[in-house]
Amino acid sequence: MAETIALIDFGAGNLHSVHNALIATGASGVIVTADPDVVATADRIILPGVGAFGACRDALASIDGMIAAMEQRILQDAVPFLGICVGMQLLADKGIEFGEHKGLGWIAGTVQAIEVPSADIKIPHMGWNDVTPTGGHDLLEAGEAYYLHGYHFEAANADNIFATTHHGRTLVSAIGRDNIVGVQFHPEKSQTYGLAFLKRFLEWKP
Amino acid sequence: MAVRIRVIPCLDVAGGRVVKGVNFVDLQDAGDPVEQARAYDAAGADELCFLDIGASHEKRDTIIDVVRRTAEVCFMPVTVGGGVRTADDARALLMAGADKVAVNSAAVTRPEVVSDIAGRFGSQCMVASIDARKVAEGRWEIFTHGGRTSTGIDALEHAVRMAELGAGELLVTSMDRDGTRDGYDLSLTRVIADAVSIPVVASGGVGNLAHMVDGVIKGGANAVLAASIFHFGQHSVAEAHDALRDAGLPARHDS
Repeated sequence: MAETIALIDFGAGNLHSVHNALIATGASGVIVTADPDVVATADRIILPGVGAFGACRDALASIDGMIAAMEQRILQDAVPFLGICVGMQLLADKGIEFGEHKGLGWIAGTVQAIEVPSADIKIPHMGWNDVTPTGGHDLLEAGEAYYLHGYHFEAANADNIFATTHHGRTLVSAIGRDNIVGVQFHPEKSQTYGLAFLKRFLEWKP
Repeated sequence: MAVRIRVIPCLDVAGGRVVKGVNFVDLQDAGDPVEQARAYDAAGADELCFLDIGASHEKRDTIIDVVRRTAEVCFMPVTVGGGVRTADDARALLMAGADKVAVNSAAVTRPEVVSDIAGRFGSQCMVASIDARKVAEGRWEIFTHGGRTSTGIDALEHAVRMAELGAGELLVTSMDRDGTRDGYDLSLTRVIADAVSIPVVASGGVGNLAHMVDGVIKGGANAVLAASIFHFGQHSVAEAHDALRDAGLPARHDS
């Protein structure tokens, strides 16, 4: 039976763009869903997200049973998981954006405003920039991807950093562990690089 | 390398068709927006901008349909401007697949729409359009409705206010230069870019590749928007990237 890929719908603005990109990679089993029962049996799970940390966290938590289903399927059953942009940031312990908000706490770290040393460095970090793999993770290839964020993932453990980029300072581009990966860039908006990344995720056997 | 200077083709859309703007008045039909967007996606455009220039007078559903169909086949960031008056207008475009919305006239008459949109969907998607005309040396005013209506509002003060209200980017268009091919108003771009901490897109007046380079080096822009030099095949996006790189600026390598 073909794999099912649960693309979690909590109202994120990039939901349909991620869906379109997955279809473009040739994925057949994508289910856009807000149903925890679908997530609980999915073979792969993708969490999109744009906007503010707290608003995304609240929207996800407002779906009865969703976070519990994700924890069961991703942390216990260890199916491959991808978080994109704020969907990646939500993996942190907490986010500090319009107040302090609790994250999922799957990857140790804090999401906070990007602080740069010079007024020449504009925030949000907006545009194409490097994905520089830290080495050893076959999902991340060196290339150029599109970023659009004013807050960043400050990882507590360097081991969780899969790739970095540079905007006035080094920023986390991808984080993860075991069956979990999260990317700050937008693969759904990164043309051939982004589609190739999504294809690798869909074939990933952690 | 640093974040790349973005090269952004802009498609003016009216009634679901692409038109070329000459000083925002004489319009000539130039095709299907989705097909044009696909061509720019394939050409390695860093972003695409749709400006719905008929939006003040026509139905909103047309542009939402264009955005939805574009997002099905294009995998680059898309900004949509024109006729965005409320956070719900923005939401409809974002859910259709737009990554950013540009707000123009509504942000002049009701600036709080900027904080509404930034608060609900994040600053990263809130682009404030600054359409300005020079009124004296070193002084520009905001014009609305395609550059036809004077507001008496100082462009620099308005730009700073937009940033304070939560805009994540400023699209700065010289209405004097738009359609002239004489190059951006570099003084306008520079005075705004130096006053805000958010990215600035230079717009209005590109006639050649050197104008784009000037927009960044002299104007202080983080992105350059152009229409006709791309639409009529005078230059490709790759040539624009090459020109930026030749000038020592970070630009994307076309895949």
